[in-house]
Amino acid sequence: MSHRLPAPARARLSYARLQQRFAPYVFVSPFFLLFLVFGLFPLLFSLFLAFHLWSPLDGLGHWKFVGFENFALALDRQDQFWTTLKNTVWIGLLAGVPQHLAALPLAFLIHQSLRRYQSTLSTVLFLPYITNAVAIAIVFATLYSERLGLLNYLRGLVGLDPVRWLGDPSMVPYSVAAVVFWRYLGWNVVLYLSGLQAISEDVYEAATVDGAGKWQQFWYITLPLLRPMMFYAFTLTIVGNMQLFEEPFMLLGDGGGSSGAGLTTAMHIFNTAFRDLDMGYASAMSWLLFLAIFALSMVNNVLFSRGGER
Amino acid sequence: MNKGLVSVLAAALLLGQAHAQEKVTLTVAVFPSLDSSIKAILPAWQKKYPNVTINMQAQQYADHHNAMTTALATGQGLPDVMAIEVGYVAKFAEGQGLEDLNKAPYNAAAAKKLFTPFTIAQATSSDGRFIAMPTDIGPGTFFYRKDVLDKAGVNPVNMQRSWESYIAAGKTIKAKTGAYLVNTAASVYGIIIRTNLKPGEGIYFDKGNNLLVGPDNARFVRAFTLSKQIRDAGLDAKVGEWTNEWYDAFKKGTVATQFSGAWLQGALQNWMAPDTKGLWRVQNLPERSFASWGGTFYGIPSKAKNKGWAWEFIKFMTMNQSAQIAAFEDNGAFPALVSAQKDKVFSEPVDFLGGQKARVLWRDAAAKTQPIDVNKYDSVADQIVQTELTNVLEKGKDIKQALSDARAQILRRAR
Repeated sequence: MSHRLPAPARARLSYARLQQRFAPYVFVSPFFLLFLVFGLFPLLFSLFLAFHLWSPLDGLGHWKFVGFENFALALDRQDQFWTTLKNTVWIGLLAGVPQHLAALPLAFLIHQSLRRYQSTLSTVLFLPYITNAVAIAIVFATLYSERLGLLNYLRGLVGLDPVRWLGDPSMVPYSVAAVVFWRYLGWNVVLYLSGLQAISEDVYEAATVDGAGKWQQFWYITLPLLRPMMFYAFTLTIVGNMQLFEEPFMLLGDGGGSSGAGLTTAMHIFNTAFRDLDMGYASAMSWLLFLAIFALSMVNNVLFSRGGER
Repeated sequence: MNKGLVSVLAAALLLGQAHAQEKVTLTVAVFPSLDSSIKAILPAWQKKYPNVTINMQAQQYADHHNAMTTALATGQGLPDVMAIEVGYVAKFAEGQGLEDLNKAPYNAAAAKKLFTPFTIAQATSSDGRFIAMPTDIGPGTFFYRKDVLDKAGVNPVNMQRSWESYIAAGKTIKAKTGAYLVNTAASVYGIIIRTNLKPGEGIYFDKGNNLLVGPDNARFVRAFTLSKQIRDAGLDAKVGEWTNEWYDAFKKGTVATQFSGAWLQGALQNWMAPDTKGLWRVQNLPERSFASWGGTFYGIPSKAKNKGWAWEFIKFMTMNQSAQIAAFEDNGAFPALVSAQKDKVFSEPVDFLGGQKARVLWRDAAAKTQPIDVNKYDSVADQIVQTELTNVLEKGKDIKQALSDARAQILRRAR
């Protein structure tokens, strides 16, 4: 074909041509620059630090290579890292499991029967999610207060002894988990609602014609078709709960409360880095936490892919 | 040229530059309520140095220290003057980012004698660098509710004699009035581990960085044992500090005594329990032990832009008697400067404490407080031992076992 343009001479590499060629890169560059500075660099830096002993007060460059010592330290059975990981998983389960057990039927109920109030209900349920963590901590610290709190006041009315919600180490995980449950329930309901809306009405109509009841519809239609959304919601819960920080930190302070029963791994990492100024050890633990989250997500993945349709 | 001449010349140069009439903005990074102290003193500074504007950057306690840590790590965004609270001063001293005030042109050696001695040790690194000037201190005493003790028929002097007599009095108070002895058993532990230290010992480590925590250390065993006795006898209210229950206990007198720095008087009077005016008294800690609660310092980052003026500012804030008195009157920041402690306001009675001349008592306690060696792993040790203490108090863990577990954990972390 002779329509092809002749190859441009070097001299014709004009401004317009340059612009045409490089403008797209310039336009997409903000993301990459930001990612390099705030994403990739900290990631690599923390990997670097994980193999070093470094106090930030010594300034950049004054790090000492220690090999795998930081990892060995964390993996030692007696170290606090294990205790905090146990705390995290336990609080995560206490908050996460009921969250989904409640969110799914709640979303189904709203979708099926309360559709008129759907937007109002979603907003109400979603509110805790966007509420400031400090405000939440103040309100719950007041509710949980041993002598002045509403919860113990109510227990008193029915003749029960006061409970030290935030003082008794065996109660602390439940108290924290309740806040986490309350805070993220709405988020999950909204996720499930959007999943339910994606299911075609035709399927339900067909099922109704075939004589399936509400329960059968839920069990044989809703649940299987909601699998992708459930997978997504579970993954988010696992990732979020394993990184739990705000709620226990605000309720219990940096020590994690009595006996450190509410000390999560993320809090422990924060303390190690910014209070004890042991950046290398904190970085090593961050990577171990990352591996733990990765492993749990994989378990979730396997559980969900079993049975095929995803 | 000899060394003395060099430092004189350097000082002259620095001051020459500092006193030039150009406009200077000095950045001072602080936390509350130190900013309030500085504001009380600023007019005097502006009068003396009208060409130097103070740009105060106040952040909350933890945010401030995190920001300063990051700034020191990267050498970016450092202020000219950095306020440092006693909880951070040891860590900052071990780092390399702050000026050594022993050296020229600061030559703080002579100035050091002017301050309450234990504060100098707190701001000195293990290799002898002096990195920050003290401004206020928290001499420790114990506050008690006179009305509660009177009702129980307990003579406060008896509570001072020994920890055992303190606990015995607590049992009487509980039986006669129903009031608890102390907010939490852990606060008794907190004092015992801070007192009766041998020279060269810190709370958790000695001068040679040897860990002191363990089942064979009498100080820790005693601290754990007495705390446990108090908990087992039901004498502590199990109330943490800075909680609503704590304030409520102050208001209602449900807790008879509170160990604290002198600053608690100001807090009680201003916001915690103003209605209890006249009901409180203070006295020295049991067994004539002395400890300090809190304290604030000023340091100069090595990469600061206006080091000359920074030093002038620090001297003005810390070594100027009237400035120290102004801060004391503004928010109860107890002067670290010994000569300021001799001011006549110190012999005035404190209305809130029923006219007791408490400031003399605090001054005396400050003078008797021994220097305690600090270690950069103190915060690591502190958290681990505190956790083991709650294991003993809450879960009935064996004391010796708890201390040897704590020892093993700290040894692993303090590298």
